[in-house]
Amino acid sequence: MNEKEEQLSHILEKHRGERNGLIPILLEVQKEFGYLPKEAMLTVAGFLGMKPTDVWGVATFFNQFRLTPLGKNHVKVCMGTACHLAGGRLVLEALERELKIKVGETSGDGHFSLERVACIGCCMLAPVTVIKDKIHPKMSPFKVEESLIPYRREEQEEQTPTE
Amino acid sequence: MLQRGRLSFEEIRKRANAHWEALEKGVHVFVGTATCGRAAGALDVIDAFKNELARQGVDLPILQVGCIGLCYAEPLVIISKPELRIAYHNISPDLVPRLVEGYLLGDDPCLELALGTFEVDQKGTPSIPELSRFEHERRLILRHCGYVDPENIDDYIANGGYTAIEKALRMEPEEIIEEVKKSALRGRGGAGFYTGLKWDSCHKTTDKTKYVVCNADEGDPGAFMDRVILESDPQQMIEGMIIAGYAVGAQQGFIYVRAEYPLAIERVRKALEQAEEIGVLGENILGSGFSFQIKIAEGAGAFVSGEATALVAAMEGRRSEPRVRPPRLAESGLWGCPTLLNNVKTFSFVPLIVAHGAEEFASIGTEKNTGTAVFTLAGKIRYPGLTEVPMGTTLRTMVYDIAGGMSNERRLKAVQIGGPSGGCIPESLIDLPVDFDSLYETGSMMGSGGMIFMDEDDCAVDTARFFLDFTTKESCGKCTMCRMGTVQLLSILEEICAGRAREKDLQLLKELAEDVKMGSLCGLGRSAPNPVLTTLRYFGDEYKAHILEKRCPALVCKDLIAYYILPDKCDRACEHCVLVCPTEAIKGGKGEVKYIDQEKCSKCGTCLEVCPHEYNAVAKISPVSKLPKVPMAGKTQPKEGPKQ
Repeated sequence: MNEKEEQLSHILEKHRGERNGLIPILLEVQKEFGYLPKEAMLTVAGFLGMKPTDVWGVATFFNQFRLTPLGKNHVKVCMGTACHLAGGRLVLEALERELKIKVGETSGDGHFSLERVACIGCCMLAPVTVIKDKIHPKMSPFKVEESLIPYRREEQEEQTPTE
Repeated sequence: MLQRGRLSFEEIRKRANAHWEALEKGVHVFVGTATCGRAAGALDVIDAFKNELARQGVDLPILQVGCIGLCYAEPLVIISKPELRIAYHNISPDLVPRLVEGYLLGDDPCLELALGTFEVDQKGTPSIPELSRFEHERRLILRHCGYVDPENIDDYIANGGYTAIEKALRMEPEEIIEEVKKSALRGRGGAGFYTGLKWDSCHKTTDKTKYVVCNADEGDPGAFMDRVILESDPQQMIEGMIIAGYAVGAQQGFIYVRAEYPLAIERVRKALEQAEEIGVLGENILGSGFSFQIKIAEGAGAFVSGEATALVAAMEGRRSEPRVRPPRLAESGLWGCPTLLNNVKTFSFVPLIVAHGAEEFASIGTEKNTGTAVFTLAGKIRYPGLTEVPMGTTLRTMVYDIAGGMSNERRLKAVQIGGPSGGCIPESLIDLPVDFDSLYETGSMMGSGGMIFMDEDDCAVDTARFFLDFTTKESCGKCTMCRMGTVQLLSILEEICAGRAREKDLQLLKELAEDVKMGSLCGLGRSAPNPVLTTLRYFGDEYKAHILEKRCPALVCKDLIAYYILPDKCDRACEHCVLVCPTEAIKGGKGEVKYIDQEKCSKCGTCLEVCPHEYNAVAKISPVSKLPKVPMAGKTQPKEGPKQ
């Protein structure tokens, strides 16, 4: 925990005296921790002399901010117009079925989380999913299972030696 | 004069020109590595080139450029030799050895992989004459995209960059504003307000501190031109901002860019560093006494932040909620100071207007809609991508000449322009010249310039539902009509899509849509009903089919369709559909005709996808009541009847 506090104060120091600090700080905190922990938000509020409710208000307003940790393999499904017309919803439903989680959730073992995003700007490759920052173009419900195989294998390999 | 550090700007230009000449005389490889190219595998292609060149023991530069706008051709590789430059399309790593041995090191132009060759016209704009689309395009702000290294300022300078700032600094601010006014440039963010007027009112304020803000918060799902510009040619926009700063009397600029565009942020950051390094940005620019700084402000993702006052709220670290205007931002914006806010494309036009004069710009396009417009073309067309055309170009040209017509021989049904703020324009209006005013008359609007082409397989009602679903999530919640009204509109549309609506709901939908339009404060709420109103206006029959016949003519709305296996087309021996069905809804043993248990079917469409094309045995049927009974007679009958 101490290490985390240190990381946080390091981030805050970088932004000391900045006038538009809140959103950049929250973005950096999230980059560091993967989400916005409650304690971190309280510290940020204290540092900026803001009410915690105002920090909370901003954290819950913007799509980028998350209040719970993501899975190790974060799956984003593009729901832009082109992806929607090309059947993005069917892909999202197939992912929900395959990962056994609903959109916005993280699986119980923390391996996968599923999110819908507005548009990642790759409309010519629609429908698109992004798994752990790798773009999977021209998806279909049928291709979903196959696209997850490498990430599932990775998880299994990591687990085997410890077992 | 114009001295900074050790090199004067003249010397910097000489250095840049020498660098560019060497590049043109040498042999090298360009790879498009904007986000779209990367998504298609451009970085793997670069690795493959590096490996192949290392294997051959040759050292040649491999340069990363932005996006040329031909998204369908990615990854795009240009091999440049002094005698001929050739562009190659859809290059995968396994094709790289062929290109290296063929054209890069040999004399075989590998024409089977080529997209076309380059010619450079009198204005220095490269084009691929084999592609007819370039005849209809007029590239002003996209002219460097895909041809210059966005991470090297010398590339921009050698192509005429930063001449406008030199000229501008010798002009009076009023003269520059007059020039922008004369050009009749209208803001490319969507609403089309005259840029010169905005600059003028900001200039006329007497405050000491003023700000220039570039709106790069491109939030429309289906538009990505700002991203492409930031990733391919950021210097042009930066130069436009500096000129704007000088004209209105600001010392500080901000680029508000979405955190969802990490590559764009990285490239803009590098571009700003380089501009400062050579002295066109920062203290005492080119010895003129004028100082201007630019910082990046990362946005955290909210569609409403594209609205000017909401963007300012986000920059101040608050919830991104719009406020009542007046006062306009030009009078009271960021931290209460006069703020000039323009879009990425608007700023990008500025250096051209200043360098070449307002007349030349105003001669392009139509009288009230001057210059060019940038559109992203996506949907059911053959060549999706990015295009820049004179204002007033017709939709017909856009679809058939630039986008290569519809894909899969389907018929064009409608064009959706402007995303959630725009509307659906039917095929019957295909000769409509596209500009701010004509679009407004159809009930749509230019918005961000995203164009999605829809064919007969796309449902107008579902499209309206999709956009309302988006605006409902993105409404900031400040005004009641937007917060509650969009939710009610969505729920009516959902009822229609589910076949549960009554005829009188159509009237309710229309009235409520008009009310939301009237009763909302900002552009988000005021334009949110556009997708509903335009589809009601042009595709009323489709709404009626959903309500009265429980039928979705485009076979999209899930509750109104059923999947069906055509018994005389099913191969019987093939089991593709049975094996992939996630809910085990497909019955029928080996050698028997397969059929779908409708109770179990989740309508995911996987059976339709995997059924081999030679059989094409899976069909969608709407309304569900027309579904034929499962065949129960003959030897193809399954041994067990369908279980409930």
